[in-house]
Amino acid sequence: MSIDFKQLYKTFSLQELRKGLGVTGKRFFNKKITVMYPEEKTPKSPRFRGLHALRRYPNGEERCIACKLCEAVCPALAITIDSEEREDGQRRTTRYDIDLFKCIYCGFCEEACPVDSIVLTDIHEFHMESNGERLIDKKGLLELGDKYEEDIAEARRQDAPYR
Amino acid sequence: MATIEVDGQSLEVEDGKMLIEATDAAGIYIPRFCYHEKLSVAANCRMCLVEVEKAPKPLPACATPVMDGMVVKTSSELAREAQKGTMEFLLINHPLDCPVCDQGGECPLQDQALGYGKDNSRYNETKRVSPNPDIGPLISTEMTRCIHCTRCVRFGEEVGGVMEMGAPGRGETTRIGTFLSRSIDSEVSGNMIDLCPVGALTSKPYRFSARSWELQNFDSISPHDCVGTNILVQTLRDEVERVLPIENEEINECWLADRDRYSYEAVNSEARLTKPMIKDGGVWKEVDWQVALKHAVAGIKTVIESSSADDIGGLAVASSTLEEFYLLQKLMRGMGSNNIDHRLQQSDFSDDDIAPLFPGLEGSIANLNNVKAALLIGANLRKEQPLFSVRLRQATIKNQAKVSAITVMDYAQNYDFHENTVVSPDDMVSALVSLAAAVSAKVGVSLPVELGEIGSTVANEATADALIEAKEEGVVLVGAIAQQHPAASNLKAISQWIAEQTGAKLGILPPANGAAGWLAGCLPHRSNNGDRTPTGMHAGDMLRQGMRAYILLGTEPELDAINSNQALRAMHNAEFVVQMSAFKSDAVMAYADVLLPMTPFTESAGTYINCEGRMQRSNVAATPKGEARPAWKILRVLGNFLELDGFNQVTTDDVLAEINTDNLVANNRLAQWRLAPVSIAQKDGLPRVMDMPMYRGEATLRHANALQLTADNPGAQARVHGSTVEQLSLQGTQMVSVVNGAGKVDLPLVIDNSVPENCVYIPAGHNASIQLGAHGRVTLTAAGEQS
Repeated sequence: MSIDFKQLYKTFSLQELRKGLGVTGKRFFNKKITVMYPEEKTPKSPRFRGLHALRRYPNGEERCIACKLCEAVCPALAITIDSEEREDGQRRTTRYDIDLFKCIYCGFCEEACPVDSIVLTDIHEFHMESNGERLIDKKGLLELGDKYEEDIAEARRQDAPYR
Repeated sequence: MATIEVDGQSLEVEDGKMLIEATDAAGIYIPRFCYHEKLSVAANCRMCLVEVEKAPKPLPACATPVMDGMVVKTSSELAREAQKGTMEFLLINHPLDCPVCDQGGECPLQDQALGYGKDNSRYNETKRVSPNPDIGPLISTEMTRCIHCTRCVRFGEEVGGVMEMGAPGRGETTRIGTFLSRSIDSEVSGNMIDLCPVGALTSKPYRFSARSWELQNFDSISPHDCVGTNILVQTLRDEVERVLPIENEEINECWLADRDRYSYEAVNSEARLTKPMIKDGGVWKEVDWQVALKHAVAGIKTVIESSSADDIGGLAVASSTLEEFYLLQKLMRGMGSNNIDHRLQQSDFSDDDIAPLFPGLEGSIANLNNVKAALLIGANLRKEQPLFSVRLRQATIKNQAKVSAITVMDYAQNYDFHENTVVSPDDMVSALVSLAAAVSAKVGVSLPVELGEIGSTVANEATADALIEAKEEGVVLVGAIAQQHPAASNLKAISQWIAEQTGAKLGILPPANGAAGWLAGCLPHRSNNGDRTPTGMHAGDMLRQGMRAYILLGTEPELDAINSNQALRAMHNAEFVVQMSAFKSDAVMAYADVLLPMTPFTESAGTYINCEGRMQRSNVAATPKGEARPAWKILRVLGNFLELDGFNQVTTDDVLAEINTDNLVANNRLAQWRLAPVSIAQKDGLPRVMDMPMYRGEATLRHANALQLTADNPGAQARVHGSTVEQLSLQGTQMVSVVNGAGKVDLPLVIDNSVPENCVYIPAGHNASIQLGAHGRVTLTAAGEQS
């Protein structure tokens, strides 16, 4: 059995430790890049695909016309829509459910939508406390849309040249 | 034969065929909008332009007859350019509203725009917009989408027989619509929806409820008439959304009657019975199946123990399946009762012992297109079997067939009659005898003595001539009105004599799935396949005499039975009524003791036998609503609870395997020709003309909302000829009191000159006229007056 003197030297001279501490020391004086989440947040692309929302027209009319293209294109089958003829003769949804557990946030629904109704907002911080909450219904989606309309519109405006 | 070359492929084509027929047969695709194989060629959409060698311009394939040696290119540069150009013109005025259009996803224009359209529009001028007229409860319009292919116009003109749609205006101002503001009332109008290549005409009840791509398809059979129409039931998340025809050239071609298309609405109706219910101390309560079945069996057993099973009657609706009919009769016979019937709409049963195995249509349905002469006896064919009427219309057009009628009302058909004999219901038999006399004189056969005694009243020489001339290419059809008639057996017997002497085929068209009812043995005197049994009571007797207990299969006798008044009384007087039904109704709740929820036709599998004897099976399209169960299962379990043998079937196949269906060729000839003694008691008053309106004949139809709103369902009315109104001095009267031996009701008076003079037409199947019962005499007085 032969002795590896090179390894022995490395071990006793603490060469590895000093090398490591060197990196630490160098970074210690560098500019810090850690984002102190949640106090600090990174900027997000206007194309960020987060929580869903249903938008309205400026006059308050919901955009969705129940064409069901989003439901058809959804690869995860996360969208369920029921439709009917509203009293004024227009085609409207009576149910618009998104299952957030099934959703893979691919954004196909937004791309399929002919009236820019269903959108993925940049909200990624959401949680649920009970099982049933994973389904957002039409009311919830419209509320989200109403609440974040300005952000949604701004993101669409920024991305418009590339669409 | 001509030999043509299409896209390098050599085709042998019959002379006179159009190019598009040849390419369709060879599977070569040519785009089209206005061409339809069942309609005449209009060549106005120009989408089918193809290049033909030596022709200076592209030619429309639908209007270019083939010629020997023709060389055709369907997708050459010239043809493509022409097709693309046509598409651009079509899209000029077509709105881009596919996302809200019901046709989206199944739209020929959408599909072909993908292949032949440009990705953007070069058109910046004003677009054409058309108003959307309300054309009734079945079809909704969006006329801006119309591309003026005129398929709907041609359908009405050629197939439906009523020109309800037209294309007034020229060029840019052409508008498809009804000429005057009126509704589309044809009984086959729904086919315009299928024909429309864009979303201009869409189904109103289906409007905006689903998309074509998300629907699941189930093959089924329509239970509402004896045609056996092949239907496609489409569901979304287990809810029936619409019904479409399945093409079957031998039965329904590619058409579907409105009754079959829209009856599915009943399936989703609020009135569905979804939980078993029992009446406990006069109060209805929902219970579970075990309790309900035990209650039903206990009630039945009480009746059997206190008297005998002969006091129990079983009645089935005529649209039940073969399996249901069979199990009901097996259940009843197992208990020891032969009181079983499905013929609630019949009032004369005197030829039961000599009747054929099942009433039907001799020859095939397709043969109706080829007849040279037809005689309708007591048949409003257009409303009873709309698709037969469509076929007879084709015969009148292509064959110059002479269609005559002997009926109780001047029913408008979708062709002109050769001779139309309209008589009072009392004179039906003698009118038919006069035809028999005319036939006997012309053929040189002596008239049976019995017929001579009745004597003839009218002259219908022309009818006799037409039938004799047509020989075996003639057909005699005995319709529902004749079969409901108090002298139905004589009408059938004389019809048979006429058919025999002229060589015509005989059709006795049963209501709904009636042929299966006969074959399965849902009859008082025969069991499956015509096997004789001790004779029990038929529907007429069961309702007239009243039974202690009834088992009702899908029927509401007070509306289904021709003698509604008797039926209602019998139900109320019965000690115990078990009703299997898909629907709740107040009238039933008043007399029934147990309600067992059964499934309508979309939710249970079963076998239907149409009038030709064609056996067809339908599939389950949706899961039963609530706790409803298929009637055959309910009957099976009732059999188990009653401890009867032979109720261990697991599937409908097991039930079907027990049923002898070897003799399925329709043959209407009586085993022995005879007439029943005729006795029409001449009483005071006017004879009542009656029929079962096309959308009132069974509970399923009565719960189909859109159908109830159509012009074919004006409600209970007293219709009287104008001259008779004058005679009775009822001019200007809105409501009349109609009185007969059974009761008195107030009905709106309508002057209708299609009713024979000195008669009153009051339809059956309406709540308002239940009190009047069946045929007979009625007196009319202005409502409110003391009579």
